[in-house]
Amino acid sequence: MRLKFGSRLTLGGAIVAATLGFGAQAYAQSTVKSPTLDAVKKRGQLSCGIDTGIPGYAYQDSTGRWQGLDVAFCRAIAAAVLGDAEKVKFTGLTSKVRFTVLASGEIDVLIRDSELTFARNTQLGLAEPAVNFFTGQTFMVRKSLGVSHVKELNGATICVETGTTLETNIADYNRANNIKIGTLLFERPEEAFAAVEAGRCDGYTDDGGSVAAARSTMKNPNDWVFLPETIGREPLGPYVRQGDEAWFNIVKWTHFAMLEGEVLGLTRDNIDEAKKNPTNPDLRKFLGVEGDLGKFLGLDNDWSYRVIKQVGNYGEVYEATFGSKGLGFPRGMNNLWTNGGLMMPYPWY
Amino acid sequence: MSEAGSINPAAPDAGVTAPARSFERWMGWLRRNLFDSPANSFLTLAAAVFLALVLPAVWNWAVTQADLWGDSKSACGGQGACWVFVRLRLPVFIFGQYPPSEQWRVVVAVSLLIGFAVPALRDGTAHRGLWVALLLTLFPLVAGVLLVGGVPGLPFIDTTLWGGLTLDVVIAFVTMAGSLPLGVLLAYGRRSRLAGIRTVSIAFIELWRGVPLLTVLFMAAVLLPLFLPNGATVDRLVRAMGALVLFNAAYMAEVVRGGLQGVDAEQEEAAQSLGLAWWQTQTLVVLPQAMRIIVPGIINTAVDLFKDTTLVTIVGLSDLLGAVNQSLKDPAWLGLAPEGYAFAAVVFFVCCFAMSAYGRSFERRLARGQGRQP
Repeated sequence: MRLKFGSRLTLGGAIVAATLGFGAQAYAQSTVKSPTLDAVKKRGQLSCGIDTGIPGYAYQDSTGRWQGLDVAFCRAIAAAVLGDAEKVKFTGLTSKVRFTVLASGEIDVLIRDSELTFARNTQLGLAEPAVNFFTGQTFMVRKSLGVSHVKELNGATICVETGTTLETNIADYNRANNIKIGTLLFERPEEAFAAVEAGRCDGYTDDGGSVAAARSTMKNPNDWVFLPETIGREPLGPYVRQGDEAWFNIVKWTHFAMLEGEVLGLTRDNIDEAKKNPTNPDLRKFLGVEGDLGKFLGLDNDWSYRVIKQVGNYGEVYEATFGSKGLGFPRGMNNLWTNGGLMMPYPWY
Repeated sequence: MSEAGSINPAAPDAGVTAPARSFERWMGWLRRNLFDSPANSFLTLAAAVFLALVLPAVWNWAVTQADLWGDSKSACGGQGACWVFVRLRLPVFIFGQYPPSEQWRVVVAVSLLIGFAVPALRDGTAHRGLWVALLLTLFPLVAGVLLVGGVPGLPFIDTTLWGGLTLDVVIAFVTMAGSLPLGVLLAYGRRSRLAGIRTVSIAFIELWRGVPLLTVLFMAAVLLPLFLPNGATVDRLVRAMGALVLFNAAYMAEVVRGGLQGVDAEQEEAAQSLGLAWWQTQTLVVLPQAMRIIVPGIINTAVDLFKDTTLVTIVGLSDLLGAVNQSLKDPAWLGLAPEGYAFAAVVFFVCCFAMSAYGRSFERRLARGQGRQP
């Protein structure tokens, strides 16, 4: 058989392309080997470890249904992996048992307002796929005080829960800035709330989520304002077991999918409309119309569509839990980078 | 004491009226029980002053200024208790996250429990032993199928969805039903003449009595999965119940052993001399007499156990107290801890008081049977 040069080239190209394509396919299938993913699929249910109850992150509404930022993350993973955000088994875990339960394999992922730290990463052998809530020690003060920055709190008294790093943080801050913020110590948060309400202090401090919760227990929450700065830092996020990188990737990219949805302006309500005829290449890739990105996670191509459709983008979830429909806590650091926050999903290619 | 006001001072001495006699009885009771010494009189008065100060405030908070109707926190005035919260959450407090469309199954199971327990616990029921046997065998089987489901017509309900008071009752029943027989066996084991059985029984009892319940629950919830092959899990609730059964069996064993020792050795010897076999001696002579001593201990353990069921919140199960705790975290209902805890306290008090009241009446009947005062 003799072929013309041109057609030989074409044939050669086709063979090369076929080999490459097949190779990539085989590569994708061979690398996405995740015991956790297999177990979840076999079980037909994601087992998600969450807090036993904390405003904003994980709480039950009056019908007993779990709600919250962490809870939504669990549902998003279930939507991506199993196709149904409702296929989640929530296990409420106390702070003492959470890491042991994760290590034992009883849960697939731990999303429990847990601080991501060096020791937990390296010494507990756990992996930290993403940060779903940036926070730090936050202050809430009486509006009538007319204070708008932490530095202006010189001479004020703040109610603090004792036995935490909160007190020492304030002492350090005082020394560093040569000011004097007074503290009044309490054993339990409820007692501190009551003292704040009674006017024994000018304000209250704790991590961002807790201060937001404190504010909403006040008789008149609008009399209280959050100060924009935080002292100290607390990046909170999910934990998975080390040694299952494919599962790590799924958790990480599910978080990024919720952010990317917000970047692209996709919401629960408009995503079906947007999916009909997307022209924007970023949108086409994200929605799986173009390319095979899902395969590289061991998922189908609709996974990110389902995350937004069934759970919503990060901004929507934030609004419902911490934002205006929830605790009234400003987005701040948790805003997209384009709005002055720290949330920047990795690019979608 | 309205009787006091009805006394007619002009009444002739000879005809002391019934109200007057009742008044005297009252005064006598007061003198005997509350004012029998200067120290007691002082304590009585101090308690009265304390109650006079506190009770009106509590009444005011819980009743006069409380709000019950409405469907959001804004319906509450903020001066008194916000019972709206408890009213709206009642299904969650009772059934946990058990799906609303399936909650009738819990109601049926509890009705069955009452239906089996009442004949088993009442005096004078025909075939009472049979009822007790049914309560411990047939009932758990039927109730188990009802609650767990997974058979045609009854969809499967994962135990992670169980919660509220239902969970307390389920755990308490299973623990009682499991620990009592095991406790009797251990009590006999500890009195056995066979050194092997005796040693094992003593070791078991002392091991479980020597460890705090919280530790046992932690072990069951956290450490057990680490020892199991990867992926193999035992249901959380089953683990917690298993731990509670073993723990309480040790206490039951000591209660039963105390009762067995309280029966004179002559009773056993007399039974033997009548030619009764060991089994007959125990079931016809020793155990019935031991019951009188055992029952208060069993009731005491049961009351303790019922309250201990709240400890399962530590291992991530959400019983009544856990459900209350969780509900307090809902941003729409923050700051209602007093109402939630007051409700849980009342429910637990009613349940525990009912148990101890039954125990007291049981003792009174036994005492009457013995011709003695309790």
